[in-house]
Amino acid sequence: MRQVAIGGVLPQTSAGAKARGRGRGSPAGRIGLYLFLTVAALFFAIPLLIVAATAVKPMDEIRQGTIFAWPHAPTLAPFAKAWFSACTGLYCQGLHVGFLNSVRILVPSVILSIFAGAMNGYALSQWSFRGANLILTALMLGAFIPYQVMLYPLVKIFSGLSLYGTLPGIVLIHVIFGLPVLTLIFRNFYAGMPEELVKAARVDGAGFFRIFFRIMLPMSKNMLIVAFILQVTGIWNDYLLGLIFAGRENLPMTVQLNNIVSTTMGEAEYNVDMAATLLTAIPPLLVYFLSGRYFVRGIASGAVKG
Amino acid sequence: MPALAIRNASSKAVLLPTVVVMIVCFYGSILWTIYISFTRSGMLPSYSLQGVAQYVRLFHTARWHTAFANMFIFGGLYIVAAIVLGTLLAILMDQQIRLESVFRTIFLYPLAMSFIVTGLAWQWFLNPTMGLQHFVRSLGWESFTFNWIVDRNYAIYTLVFAAIWHGTGLIMAIMLAGLRGIDSEIWRAVRVEGIPRWRAYLRIVIPMLRPLMVTCVVLLAIDVVKSYDLVIAMTKGGPGTSTDLPAKFVVDMSFERANIGLASAGAVIMLIVVLAAVGPYLYFELGRKNR
Repeated sequence: MRQVAIGGVLPQTSAGAKARGRGRGSPAGRIGLYLFLTVAALFFAIPLLIVAATAVKPMDEIRQGTIFAWPHAPTLAPFAKAWFSACTGLYCQGLHVGFLNSVRILVPSVILSIFAGAMNGYALSQWSFRGANLILTALMLGAFIPYQVMLYPLVKIFSGLSLYGTLPGIVLIHVIFGLPVLTLIFRNFYAGMPEELVKAARVDGAGFFRIFFRIMLPMSKNMLIVAFILQVTGIWNDYLLGLIFAGRENLPMTVQLNNIVSTTMGEAEYNVDMAATLLTAIPPLLVYFLSGRYFVRGIASGAVKG
Repeated sequence: MPALAIRNASSKAVLLPTVVVMIVCFYGSILWTIYISFTRSGMLPSYSLQGVAQYVRLFHTARWHTAFANMFIFGGLYIVAAIVLGTLLAILMDQQIRLESVFRTIFLYPLAMSFIVTGLAWQWFLNPTMGLQHFVRSLGWESFTFNWIVDRNYAIYTLVFAAIWHGTGLIMAIMLAGLRGIDSEIWRAVRVEGIPRWRAYLRIVIPMLRPLMVTCVVLLAIDVVKSYDLVIAMTKGGPGTSTDLPAKFVVDMSFERANIGLASAGAVIMLIVVLAAVGPYLYFELGRKNR
């Protein structure tokens, strides 16, 4: 439904605005315009810049200076410490443990959830049957429900299946919670494809799976990119599900980051904390900067997932 | 007819696991939680019903009152601010500006970051002894005070700042897409009539985007009810329990305080709030489509 509301208008570019040829307004107005945009840009940029600046400062520079002071003797030592030896509780193995856990959770979760979502969307749109709409509506509602409402029973169910606190368990949880949104966006995407395509393939004797793998999947590149962005950022940034379902051995990077910052032995090492924060933010930021316009579509279609 | 029974059999087989997961994990879990909320469950689940006692207890719990009220303070301010600022930025971005993609990149990047990272960045920025307050004092304004994050009366508002920082870009992007979708005939008419541009936005264009704005409000409202990570990273619910939110209350009660009955009652209230926000929207949205 969100796709209906938002997705339809998102891919538009500024071409429309240019063709419209609106007036540019007074010079004073233009200056005010840029001034406001610049102030807004500063508001959005400053927190990250401060995190980055703090991360490369030695501790005594942090103590003596201010957060806005330019780093005089930049050092990468805080990053090394955050990565290799920062402590969470009694363990001092560094953030790389959480990074590897997050990768181990991310890769299977992303692949399986996108595959399941694409397959579901294809089945619901091109091979529809009585009850298909009911399934879709029920899934859509599921996308709105806060995790807290399902958390305790899910823990019980997963314990019963011996999946609670395991890597397959957290992967399955991500796949399950990815189903509503992914099924929805792929269904809307496949529903927009020409019917003749599938009809012709069926006349030629191709079956359900053959049409999916040979025709639909290769044509879904854009949607796959959107789903990929949505899932990579969503799963990488997840905290709650990882905290509860992953188990102590598999805690993702966000959980470990929060533990590192909360663990203070002696004086807090703000530079190490901020280096750890930056390191955790880098993977989704990379996805953001590399994906450009796809990112907005991905986030907009996943906003419901939270 | 046997032929019909196996029609689209592959399709049904593919959807079977999803349907099972949906019934068991989503709706089964929701019903389970609702049921538990009416039992005497404490540390362990109990299945003997005792009516609404957990809800009575919940609404006599001071911490829940704080959490529930915070959801509306935090949510109300965040939603209004994000919509106003996001729409304003979208309008400014629609004035054929230079460096549009640079501005867009800056406004949108916080969306890529987790709420944990967002919360940690902001608690550092607002840290009274090291952050913004210290900086302004170092400029010579010795009496400058901005210690909201450690003040139990004001800490909830710092969460609003961080949330605005994280979410405004999305509203800007959605509203900008809406603005670009406005028929150019309307702008031509505005020019012919000689209506000032700001009035055209206020009286004609923004009202046209109202459905999109409603979508934004619903999206943000769901986010607010779900808000958990941001509080954890920024204030841990403190000072005291002054920045507690229902989402945190429920998780703490389920997993730390082992008070499952109370947690379930809180979760059901969360569900009701979400349904109250989403229900009318879905009703009208689906109604419009069917018309």
